[in-house]
Amino acid sequence: MVPTDLRYTKDHEWIRVEGDEATVGITAYAADSLGDIVFVELPDAGRTLEQSASFGVVESVKAVSDLYAPVSGEVVALNEELGSRPEVVNSDPYGAGWMVRIRVADPAQLDELLDAAAYETLTAEG
Amino acid sequence: MAYGPHTPDDRARMLEALGIATVDELFADIPEALRASPLRLPDPEPEIELAARLERLAGRNRVGLASFLGAGVYRHFTPPLVDQILLRGEWYTAYTPYQPEVSQGTLQSIYEFESLLGELLDMDVVSASHYDGAAAAAEAALMTCRATRRERVLVSRGVHRHYRETVRTYFAGGELDLEEIPLVADGPDAGTTDLAALERLLAESDRPVAGVIAAQPNLLGLLEPMQAIGELARGAGALFVSVVEPVSLGVLAPPGAYGADIAAGEGQPLGIAPQYGGPSLGLLASTDALVRQIPGRLVGMTADLEGKRAFVMTLRAREQDIRREKAASNICTNQALMALAASIYLASVGPHGLRDVAALGAARAAELELALAAAGAPRLHDGPYLNEFAVRVPDAAAVHRRLLDRGVLAGLVLSELEPDDPGLADALLVCATEVTTPEEIALFAWALADELSAAGSTGAAGPATAGVADDATVAAGAGEGEQ
Repeated sequence: MVPTDLRYTKDHEWIRVEGDEATVGITAYAADSLGDIVFVELPDAGRTLEQSASFGVVESVKAVSDLYAPVSGEVVALNEELGSRPEVVNSDPYGAGWMVRIRVADPAQLDELLDAAAYETLTAEG
Repeated sequence: MAYGPHTPDDRARMLEALGIATVDELFADIPEALRASPLRLPDPEPEIELAARLERLAGRNRVGLASFLGAGVYRHFTPPLVDQILLRGEWYTAYTPYQPEVSQGTLQSIYEFESLLGELLDMDVVSASHYDGAAAAAEAALMTCRATRRERVLVSRGVHRHYRETVRTYFAGGELDLEEIPLVADGPDAGTTDLAALERLLAESDRPVAGVIAAQPNLLGLLEPMQAIGELARGAGALFVSVVEPVSLGVLAPPGAYGADIAAGEGQPLGIAPQYGGPSLGLLASTDALVRQIPGRLVGMTADLEGKRAFVMTLRAREQDIRREKAASNICTNQALMALAASIYLASVGPHGLRDVAALGAARAAELELALAAAGAPRLHDGPYLNEFAVRVPDAAAVHRRLLDRGVLAGLVLSELEPDDPGLADALLVCATEVTTPEEIALFAWALADELSAAGSTGAAGPATAGVADDATVAAGAGEGEQ
């Protein structure tokens, strides 16, 4: 089961909304598919992300993938711990493996994202 | 690894799967006008006649010249060991299979190249080679833009013109700006990067600089204040790229010692003959902080499950097979044989040998300076150099031509490389290495003195010394105008 309090993208990012801010990471499905994650490249705080545009890179022993912003917004914090311990993305993707916190620019964009059930259906289809 | 080419049957099945009849149909999207036109080749010739014709053509090459030409490509003694090992057929492809660790020999050769260059450059990370020094410098410039997310790069005019043009080509069509830092026009620092101008360029706060590129030694053979250039760059949040000539590192401080973020250079002096048109070898290295920005393959050494030494593809995260259109660069396989030559050369001469090569070149160059000055061609600049320097020669192009008839390749006519720099109008860039002999220096000096005195006695303008003085005035005046 994926956490039901989150929203999801087709590109396997999750977003947790808290007031006008939101935390973004990648799903357990994505982390498992990538394998052991060895490097995460994140944007600096203050950078403005655009919905669906690449904002970073996650690199595993077998692939390098872009991270796509679920919604537009300004980066207010990034998970510095991933610089030295990228493996927490594998071990705790919905918790300690979070990537960036953003100030959501347009809450209406959240409605375009998948809920837990829709995301489960997507990953079940493979 | 054995290589199995496609059979006609393979091709037919692939075409069938694609639903097309001929390979040409794959190119249908390319307009006819843009396709390579058919090669118009002469009719075949009997092999004996062809060999004779090629020999006649080869006979027109000037061999046995006393050469003082450097300007980015340098003559050195190459131990015969280098070519002998390169002859082994195992090296003739650098391609590795999808699981590159199957090709342990290829990986080991890359690992050794990267390790040797890492030591020579005093940098953390070395990429597995690029086309040439100019391409490596351009990759370095792009790295600074990616790492800083800035779009403006400053390159000293002391960096070889061909390198500057290559960087400009890489930047063409994009958002990136390349600006040139002038050289000091006169005084004791003449010919080196103008630090005050660099400071002004860096101070434009609305246009932050990604990287600053300078060469050591520079295009004119002079030693640059690399430490100071690097500090100015760093002070403005820019990365510092050092373009180096690797043999010089036998005696000069390596880029890592003066805080360069990226080192780039031409590896040809390391055991590769100065072939016209190449192949040559691009060197590119960086600090650990930029490891994800460096294009190409990084190979490491580890132990396998049985504890045996093994070589692995440690990082190629930015290559095309991984990153597609977001790849940082083109491939490293092209120059692998040249990288191997450099590794064999460095392993053959060793650190002490390399120091001797560099020091002997510098000693020969000092002899050359004295001999040319006595012949009437003094140095153009006052600053220190290693083994290459510019001398003032009135009507340099004509003198160069006449010296060629006398068996002397008198370096490079600087006005041909830098036609828009009036300070270099009457100058030759000359170089000596460990293969330069005292006899060659004596021949050059004698022939030059003869040419200069002939020009002085027949010229309407009077004695050669007056001509030199006039040229010096012109050059100084033009230099002031540039400020």
